[in-house]
Amino acid sequence: MNIEISNLQFTYPSGVQALFGVSLNIAAGEQVAIVGQNGAGKTTLVKHLNGLLGPTSGYVRIGDWDTKENPVAKLARRVGYVFQNPDEQLFSKNVGTEVAFGPKNLGYPTEKVQDLVKDAMAMTELSDKTDTNPYDLSPTWRKMVAIASIIAMDTPVVIFDEPTTGQDAVNIARIANVIKVLRERGRTVITITHDIDFCAENFERVIAMSQGKVLLDGKANDILGQEEILATTFVDPPQLTRLGKRLGLEQTVRNQAEFLAALKK
Amino acid sequence: MAFINLQNVTYKYPLTDAPALQNLNLQVNEGEFVAVIGPNGAGKSTLCYTLAGFVPHFFKGEITGTVEVAGNESSKSNLHEWVLNVGLAFQNPFNQISGAKYTVFEEIAFGLENIGVPREEMKTRVEDAMSMTGISNLADRSPYSLSGGQQQRVALTSILVMHPKVLVLDEPTSQMDPIGTREVFGVIRTLAEKGMTVIIVEHKVEWIAKFADKVVALHNGSVLLEGKPQEVLTSDLLTDKGFGISRYTSVARKAQELNIWKPSQLPVTLDEAVEGFKR
Repeated sequence: MNIEISNLQFTYPSGVQALFGVSLNIAAGEQVAIVGQNGAGKTTLVKHLNGLLGPTSGYVRIGDWDTKENPVAKLARRVGYVFQNPDEQLFSKNVGTEVAFGPKNLGYPTEKVQDLVKDAMAMTELSDKTDTNPYDLSPTWRKMVAIASIIAMDTPVVIFDEPTTGQDAVNIARIANVIKVLRERGRTVITITHDIDFCAENFERVIAMSQGKVLLDGKANDILGQEEILATTFVDPPQLTRLGKRLGLEQTVRNQAEFLAALKK
Repeated sequence: MAFINLQNVTYKYPLTDAPALQNLNLQVNEGEFVAVIGPNGAGKSTLCYTLAGFVPHFFKGEITGTVEVAGNESSKSNLHEWVLNVGLAFQNPFNQISGAKYTVFEEIAFGLENIGVPREEMKTRVEDAMSMTGISNLADRSPYSLSGGQQQRVALTSILVMHPKVLVLDEPTSQMDPIGTREVFGVIRTLAEKGMTVIIVEHKVEWIAKFADKVVALHNGSVLLEGKPQEVLTSDLLTDKGFGISRYTSVARKAQELNIWKPSQLPVTLDEAVEGFKR
C-alpha cells in the first residue's frame, strides 16, 4: 500500500501555518524515520495520514483512498497510530479487552480478533498480562499495551510518535524488535523520533523536517552524515556516525557493525 | 556532615507491597552536582519525591530511616517549610504547571506570590530566571500553548525563581531536541558552579559524563553503584540491567574483545572515544 503526499499545506484554525508544501512518496514496506526540531511539523504531517487532520491544500492518498474523502474510522483499516503518551490512548479495565477493542471495532469475526490479539500480545511481550488493569502497570508496560492495541488492528501502515521517550534500554530494545517484526511482515512503519541513535539503528530511510518543509530525504547513511544541514533543524548525527567522521572513516556509518567493519579496513 | 543525608531509607507507597526504595543510603555535599541513573522502576522518581518532601508528606505511605537536608529532618518538618530549601522540577511538566495562570510570566511568579515576595522583587526575579533559561520571549504565552520542550523550560524556571538550596530535576530534558538539552545543561552547570546543590535524573549519559561530579546508579530501590562518572558509566555491573549506556562505551567494549580498543579505560564521551581509538 503506497502513500502519496502531494504539495500538502496545512494551517491550524488559529491561523498558524504548520506545513508549507510537503510532497513525499512512501512505498509499501518502507521503514521511515522523521526527525527535526520541536515545532518542525512532524506530528502535524503524520496526523494527515490517518485523517486526524485534513489538508488545507494538496492531498494525501493511502493506496487508492484520498484521506479527505474517507472518514477516520475507515482510514483506521489502513493506518494505525501509536500516540506519544499511552495515557491518551488507553481506557479499558484489562489489557486483553484494550488490545481487542481495535480489531473488534473494525468488525472482524471473533476468531480473527482472538488471533490478532494473541499475536499482538506475544509481539509486545504482554501475554502474561491479559487480565491486568493497564493502570496497574508501569508506564513502560502501558506503552507496550498502547503499541499492542494498534498492532492488533493489523494495518498495512503503522505510525509511532516518539516511541522511545521515557523508556529505558530494555524497553527500547523491545520496541525495536516490534518494528523489526513489522518490517519482516512487509508493513510500512513511519516513526517520529528525537532519538537519533534509535533512528540510525532501526530505519533505512530518514526524512528531516524543518519549519513545515522537508529538508532532507533519503537513505539513512546519506542523510545522517550531513552534520551541517541537520544542525539547522537542531539534529545531531548519531553517536557512532560522529565518531566515524572524527576518526576520518571514508563512508558514513550508523551502527556498531558498520563502524567496526569500517574501522578494520 | 553531608548536606543531604539519606540513611537506610525504605519506603512503600500506600496500597503497595513492594518497597519503591529499599535501605537506600545517599550522601551529597553542598554544591555537588549529582546524576542519578537507573532503569524504569528503579526508584529514581521516588528518590526525587523523597528529597523534595512529597514522600512521605504528600504521598503518605510507610517510610523508615532518616532523610536530612541542610540539617533538617524531613519527618520533623512541614512540606511548606521544606520546599523553600528543595525545589523539584517534575518529569512531566503537565503535572507541574499550575493551571491557575494565563501566561508563562504569571506561572513563574506563582511560587513567589505564595510566599509573599514584594512586587518589584518578584518582577526582577522572574525576569532574571526567564532570561537564564532562554524563555523571555514566551512571557505572554499560555503555558498550555507551548511544546513539550518549552513547557519543560517553564517548569525548570518556576523552580529556579524560588532560589532553592537544592535543585532536584527529574529528566528535565526528556522532551527537548539536542540544542535545548545542551542549553539546559549549561544553565544547570552555571548554577552548580555558583554553589547550588543539584540532583538530576537523566538518561543522556554523554551529558552526565561532561557535567556531573558524581553518578549514582539505582537498581530495585537501592544504590547499586556510586562514584566518578567515568567509573560508574563504564562499569560492567550496568550491563543487562536496563541502564542506558553510551554507544561509545558499548562499541569500545566490543572493540576491546576484537583487540581494536587498547586503553584500559572505556570511553563515555565522543572526545574520549576519538582519543582511545586513535591510540
